[in-house]
Amino acid sequence: MENLAKNLWVIPLLPLLAATVGTFLPRRLHRVTAGLSVAALATAAILAAAAFLSVVRGGALYSNVPWFETGTLSVRVGWILDPLSAAMLLMITVVGTLIFIFSTGYMAEDPDSGRFFCFLSLFAAAMLGLILSNSLLLLFICWELVGLASYLLIGFWYSRPPAADAARKAFLTTRIGDLGFLVGLIWLYSESGTVLFYDQGAGCLEPAALSGIAGRATAGGLALGTAISLLLFCGAVGKSGQLPLHVWLPDAMEGPTPVSALIHAATMVAAGVFLMARMFPLVALGGSAELPAPALVVMAWTGALTALFGALTAVAQTDIKRILAYSTISQLGFMMMGLATGGPAVGMVHLLTHAFFKALLFLGAGSVIHGCHGEQDIRHLGGLRRRMPLTFATYAVGMMALSGVPVFFSGFWSKDAILHSLSHWAPSRVPFLLGVLTAAVTAFYMTRQMIYVFAGTSRGPDSAHAHEGSPVLTVPLGILAGASIALSAVTTPFRPWLEHFLSPASTPSESGSVWGILILSALACGAGLAAGGILYRNLGVALKTGRDPLERWVPRMYTLMRDRFRFDEFYRATLVKWVGAAAWISAALDQSLGSVFRDLASFAASAGSWLSRTVDQGVLNASFDDGCQAARDAGGLLSRTHDGQPQRSLRILIAGVIALAAGLLFLATS
Amino acid sequence: MTDLPMLTLMTLTPLIGVVVLMVLPASLARASRPITLGISLLTLLEGVFLAHQFRTEGGQLQFIERAPWIPSVGAEYFVGVDGLNLLLILLTTLLIPFAIATSPFPSERPRLYFALILALETGLLGNFTALNFVHWFLYWELGLIPAYFLIKFWGGPGRRTAALQFFLFTFAGSVALLLAFQALFLATGTMDFPNLAALARDGSLSSGLSRAFAWTGLNPTRLASILFLGTFAGLAVKIPLVPFHTWLPDTYAEAPTSVTLLLTGALSKMGVYGILRILIPIFPAETRTMLSPILVGVVVSIVFPTLVALAQTDLKRILAYSSINHLGYCLLGIFVALDPVPQGPQWANERAAALNGAVLQMFNHGINAALLFALVGILEQRTGGRRQLEDFGGLRARAPILAGMLGTAVFASLGLPGLSGFIGEFLIFKGAFPLAPGAAALALPGLMMTAVFLLTLLHRVLNGPVNPARQEFQDLSRRECLVLAPMLALLVLPGILPQLLLRWTNPSVVAFVAGLAP
Repeated sequence: MENLAKNLWVIPLLPLLAATVGTFLPRRLHRVTAGLSVAALATAAILAAAAFLSVVRGGALYSNVPWFETGTLSVRVGWILDPLSAAMLLMITVVGTLIFIFSTGYMAEDPDSGRFFCFLSLFAAAMLGLILSNSLLLLFICWELVGLASYLLIGFWYSRPPAADAARKAFLTTRIGDLGFLVGLIWLYSESGTVLFYDQGAGCLEPAALSGIAGRATAGGLALGTAISLLLFCGAVGKSGQLPLHVWLPDAMEGPTPVSALIHAATMVAAGVFLMARMFPLVALGGSAELPAPALVVMAWTGALTALFGALTAVAQTDIKRILAYSTISQLGFMMMGLATGGPAVGMVHLLTHAFFKALLFLGAGSVIHGCHGEQDIRHLGGLRRRMPLTFATYAVGMMALSGVPVFFSGFWSKDAILHSLSHWAPSRVPFLLGVLTAAVTAFYMTRQMIYVFAGTSRGPDSAHAHEGSPVLTVPLGILAGASIALSAVTTPFRPWLEHFLSPASTPSESGSVWGILILSALACGAGLAAGGILYRNLGVALKTGRDPLERWVPRMYTLMRDRFRFDEFYRATLVKWVGAAAWISAALDQSLGSVFRDLASFAASAGSWLSRTVDQGVLNASFDDGCQAARDAGGLLSRTHDGQPQRSLRILIAGVIALAAGLLFLATS
Repeated sequence: MTDLPMLTLMTLTPLIGVVVLMVLPASLARASRPITLGISLLTLLEGVFLAHQFRTEGGQLQFIERAPWIPSVGAEYFVGVDGLNLLLILLTTLLIPFAIATSPFPSERPRLYFALILALETGLLGNFTALNFVHWFLYWELGLIPAYFLIKFWGGPGRRTAALQFFLFTFAGSVALLLAFQALFLATGTMDFPNLAALARDGSLSSGLSRAFAWTGLNPTRLASILFLGTFAGLAVKIPLVPFHTWLPDTYAEAPTSVTLLLTGALSKMGVYGILRILIPIFPAETRTMLSPILVGVVVSIVFPTLVALAQTDLKRILAYSSINHLGYCLLGIFVALDPVPQGPQWANERAAALNGAVLQMFNHGINAALLFALVGILEQRTGGRRQLEDFGGLRARAPILAGMLGTAVFASLGLPGLSGFIGEFLIFKGAFPLAPGAAALALPGLMMTAVFLLTLLHRVLNGPVNPARQEFQDLSRRECLVLAPMLALLVLPGILPQLLLRWTNPSVVAFVAGLAP
């Protein structure tokens, strides 16, 4: 067991090695790179399963090693295997392996697929490092590296300007949040003297350090723990696409679809939720059931607004992947709410179930795009249930899990747990109502998407000739669909094994209250499904007018939702513009500063040339050389006095040396 | 430990090359590059040997050589190495062969060109090892003169103006330094840095000033402030600190790219090192008095150039402003260590973090900027001297290896963890936030804006459709890869194993912090 903790680094090392080897392989060996990447991650998955089982049998493990020394401080980093990291570890390696396998089919025709698998493996290594890290510093390092991998993969088709723009936007937007994270990290470091999470009682998440932070206030009257937590939450807001830093995530869909599935749905974007779960002892510091810690209140409200915003925006999108992207934003909001109101286990269970069914949906969308020769606009799809039956069946499972169709689908249970804890949240009932509303809207937009894509008849040349992909594409879909259903077995409130595993201390809720929320949640889902079914039942007829049925019903609201509530336009009109103006003003200021100094310098140069001329004339009585003539004519403009006059500069040099000698002589005699 | 005068040998080695090149017949001019490269690699070997022999414990000065020179003017030959300058010596000995190897062969006066680069190396090494003002200053000037001629003879179209501007600025700074130290000598009778620092600590510097300058009628505090300002200005011009930076963009843009690489990689560190070795030990009290305005200047030097860089379109100008910003972080790390917050072991550690960060950042920025400018130089060579953003685009498709290297260097420069830039910036901010939260917070937008303009650079040069004028763009040759690879390795290695560098710097930094206690 001890050895296991000490050797945990092997798991992220495997994909890292695959990435390194792949970088140096020639381009034509891209199949070898792909094979290596799949093999490395599959091996990691086996190790992860072993690690997971050992945690199930009991006990968290960690091990720390010194990294570097500064002052008398030894900065250490370490690995941790506890229920939180073990569950994430298993999910990432399993989902990751399936997506890697899917990618070998999806990217088969891309000549650059070797590079693609290198970046994917780099991502997997960084992500695994992130969750296994026992130090906030190491976590931050891996956090930035997953950001790099995300940047590289969004911009994988770099010659297409939208992809390159989206990559840059993603990196810069998340960096805003990451700077908050960095400040929080440094602050925590200076207050607790360590950023190791667990270190035999001396870690920053252990009681000694927490009690040192509790009860202290910062300059503004904010509790110290709250201030640090909110700074760390900035990082989570950026990474997990929460309002107001969500704008990068929909654009990230410019990357290849397996990337959207792995990074921008299942794993990386959930890292913010994971971070808050990891730091929960600090975040919840000083709160109680009646009066939660202020940081948790901020998280709950952010999550609630994000959840509703994402769902409403998803309703009016027409790109199959963007619908799923906004749905991801919405579900991340749900996780944040669950975490803030019900504790880390509630948020994490939804993170885990969502990873499976959202990866399934994205790969399903990838299968549709692959089958329809790159068509992503749902208005040009349709009727695919007959042409792509396997994709249809598995997509339906994912859709029902996301919508929260009762009993058989894991998404229902994990979402229900969040609604349950929201209903008991003391500070306000509003997030609970927003949550129920979001659940209904979720069912609605997924129904809309299903009808658009799979029902009716084909509305475009590409979907008319759609075909089902090879087993490399469909088998991962089947496995993910199976997992989305099977996870129900460990997530129901009657047997919440996963929740207990993640948080042994959480108390089982009373059965009476369970039923109330279960029924409400089922009703919300039913309402969404029914509304979608009724509104879109005659889609083919409605589309003849060129407008979405909902658009005809509520045109203004529809436009607002389709335009994503105009966040991008708002940022372009404010932040982007201000930065541009600041740059312009700075450059102008710099220019004029430069010319002032140039004038001063040219004045000095003219004075020097006058001096040298006087010396030449008077002392040496020498004839003028051409240079002095030019200097006299030049009237002080530096550029003119000094073009072609190397002698004059030399003269200044000599004057300097004379000054030095004179100074020394003066010293020697005084 | 050897009895050889290691430092003197190393400093003078490049001069052997200068002599050889002077007597080299013109018919053998082609041989001047291999000769120069050989000599500079020999110097590098000496630098590595020095680092190998360097004792990491204690943090005291080592390899000390002292010899009386002109006692009547306080001139004593006094050199030594500790953790504060070891990395700078290594940096210099690494960058000179790199600059020689990446430089295109000059069509005019090649022997003089390479001889000047070697003379520059002697100036740098002499300056980084000197512990007495007189020869410190001689080497300071000796670094300036070859750089001036390199810009003037081999630079771009605006080279004469740029060279003169560079010269006048740094020369004005030199005069200020010279006057300040003459006054210090009059007051104390010594020009020896450790000695002056000791006199400053026990107060005899101040009493000496009031004795020597009684005729001015100024009190010693005022006198010391004037000398402090003179020294500070002399060093600030060289770094440079905004608003003394106006010479830099023109100079960096007009200098031949291999010289720009040395200007930003090595010469800019002379000023930062001077602050660390001279200004702070000799004027600790004055620095503390002036700390607030200095920190304002430092924050402006961090943020302002990033905004100006955003409005630039010339690759060398963008990187020039980026250099001002990066050296601003070094100064932030150094000056926050002077912040008079409560003393104590925890605060000593924060100070040590900031200072270690500053010393590491000097080294890492040197390597990183050198690699970036070398890559720009390659872009220039491939396109007949073009370096505007719009001259490129989509190069990733044509030159994936070059793109990979440029990408790595850019991400190191914007502080991506895992690469060398992060560790210095992290340590600087780790110290700066508790010591001077206001200055650190105000410097943060610099970190953001650096990412904005560097990613924009990457984006415009590498991404998008291939620029029609660059359809035939060639990727790096095997020779170029071989030259660039060591620098790339030096971007990765310290990022993963910072202890490699910190084991050298930390003991001296700890001793330095202990000496700062009032």
